[in-house]
Amino acid sequence: MKKKNQGNVFVILMLALLTIVWSIPTFGLFISSLRSEDAVNSTGWWTVFSDLKNADLSFENYSIVLTGRSMRGDGNVTRGAEKIQMIEAVINSLTVAIPSTLIPILIAAFAAYGFAWIRFPGRKLLFILVVASMVIPLQIALIPLLIDYMKIDLNGTFLGVWLAHTGFGLSLAIYLLYNYISAIPRDILESAFIDGASHFTIFFRLIFPLSVPALASFAIFQFIWVWNDLLVSLVFLGIEPRYEVLTMRLKNMVGTFGTDWHLLTSGAFVSMLIPMVVFVSLQKYFVRGLLAGSVKG
Amino acid sequence: MEQENTKPKEKEGFFQWLITNIGRLALSVAIPGMTFLILRAGFLFLRDNDAPQWVTAIVAILWGVGGIVAFFFIFNWLIEMLPPKWKRRFTPFVFVGPAMAILIWYLIVPVGRTIYLSLLDANSEVFVGLENYVYAFTNDAMVRAFRNNLIWLVLGTGSCIVFGMIIAVLADRAPAWIETLVKTLVFLPMAISMVGAGVIWLFVYSFRPRPPQIGLLNAILNFFGADPVPFMFNQPWNNVFLIIIMVWIQTGYAMVIFSAAIKGIPEELKEAARIDGANEFQVFFRIMIPYIRGTLVTVSTTIIIFTLKVFDIVFTMTGGNYGTEVVANQFYIQRWVAFQNGRGSAIAIVLLLMIIPVMIYNLVQFGSQTEAF
Repeated sequence: MKKKNQGNVFVILMLALLTIVWSIPTFGLFISSLRSEDAVNSTGWWTVFSDLKNADLSFENYSIVLTGRSMRGDGNVTRGAEKIQMIEAVINSLTVAIPSTLIPILIAAFAAYGFAWIRFPGRKLLFILVVASMVIPLQIALIPLLIDYMKIDLNGTFLGVWLAHTGFGLSLAIYLLYNYISAIPRDILESAFIDGASHFTIFFRLIFPLSVPALASFAIFQFIWVWNDLLVSLVFLGIEPRYEVLTMRLKNMVGTFGTDWHLLTSGAFVSMLIPMVVFVSLQKYFVRGLLAGSVKG
Repeated sequence: MEQENTKPKEKEGFFQWLITNIGRLALSVAIPGMTFLILRAGFLFLRDNDAPQWVTAIVAILWGVGGIVAFFFIFNWLIEMLPPKWKRRFTPFVFVGPAMAILIWYLIVPVGRTIYLSLLDANSEVFVGLENYVYAFTNDAMVRAFRNNLIWLVLGTGSCIVFGMIIAVLADRAPAWIETLVKTLVFLPMAISMVGAGVIWLFVYSFRPRPPQIGLLNAILNFFGADPVPFMFNQPWNNVFLIIIMVWIQTGYAMVIFSAAIKGIPEELKEAARIDGANEFQVFFRIMIPYIRGTLVTVSTTIIIFTLKVFDIVFTMTGGNYGTEVVANQFYIQRWVAFQNGRGSAIAIVLLLMIIPVMIYNLVQFGSQTEAF
């Protein structure tokens, strides 16, 4: 039973202040994203609250940013907005993030099982390599990999980005899953071995289902990481404008923000929506992954 | 070694197996071959098709994930056909082989290759010795980048730790629903990309020479009668305003880890100190801090590494202009804007040298906490 200091006014006030400071920037952006172009460019978002009746809030900016079409009037493509087409970038981000999450999980789970439950020569040395590669910042790999990619025509393909994210996330995945899988009680596996099951069967029938919590932790961590990544996509997908992911497109919009502040607001919110939903609904697993020691090279 | 005498038998078994299994052998070539062709067709489709984008995306996802699953199944299937002894030998490598191959190609070998490239010129053709390193340590922009990274490291990491700790300790003393709410809201920026966070803060820092201000901070300054400040252009303070964005994102991480650690401190320990007459500050500094020292070190090193590699925030907000260069941004600019392979590689190596000591310290801490091997 935890003893809690229920009525400490100072504690509550301090927390309220800090939470407001932390939330106001996002909240302000959200309000701005609902306002018209003229309103965004002429007054601050907080003025909405001084005159709530005439606030004129709508999802117009979202419509323009996603499809390039206005919800009002003739529904024509808005000036300058045809290049934004965020819906394309959303699909690209999903295309990058889903395989970049699933592929390393499968490969790492196999490896973690191999390290934890099969004795073989060189096992210790290889595991040291895995841990050592957690130390390496991914910037080290970008230039040599770009050279390889250009040689085998992988530059500017989704496959190239998946493999890159797999390579950069793998050592952390193996480390986390190893810690989990090696802690599974030996008796469970031994009875399976006695029944004559092969490693492969044991892995798919026993280990994989038992590891779901650890797999989920890593999956959420990796998904959010990949979704929010800018550098890797910039380097390996940057030459194909039609493959731009959300972070790249948003960055390009910032470059031209002088005129399109109202679109920047909804664009930013579109890019945040999916990770926020994943994050809030699966926070428990995310925190578990962090506590298990998530440091990413 | 104890199986030495069974070796001839195994060999005989192998030949017998070979002769009676010609059909299976043919299959074992045909099936991977067919799989390869199907995957190749998928690759060509993905590269050259004109289908709607969402179709391409779904094919891409099925192709990518399915390919990996097929890979493991085929290798396992091939190995199942081998005699038991060979099966035993190969099985571990089916499990750890793909992971090791990718790690070696993507992270371990590139260290050597980047060192090599850093000794060559911009087009990676002529050997130039340590010239790129001389550039990396003496060029004006690089020197500013080192200075700025140091500011990021001290101010950024320090603020994350302090705010994370304050919020964790206060939240621990609040009613449960308040604790959950506060922690969720402070943690939320962790889910936002640094580019997205940049856009959020663009609106906070927005500057107009004359009112009305649309940026929150300048509106507050205006309210108090002060002149507006161009937060992103005023050197060297613009670095601080960029760092605030990073603190806003990363404090949630520190808070969550600290919060878990604080809850692990036995209540009796704190209670005993209070009975001995310690006030709350003494309990915090003399009991709690020493108790969670290990966590403190891990969180600090993780955030230090994060700040040393910071790129997206600077790249989005200022592009490294107005005196806000950082090392990771210089790396990108040298290779992808100025097309200087050699200088880019040298800067990457410098980054590695900055990170390795911190990371090793971190891993040693890990090692003593969790039992790896």
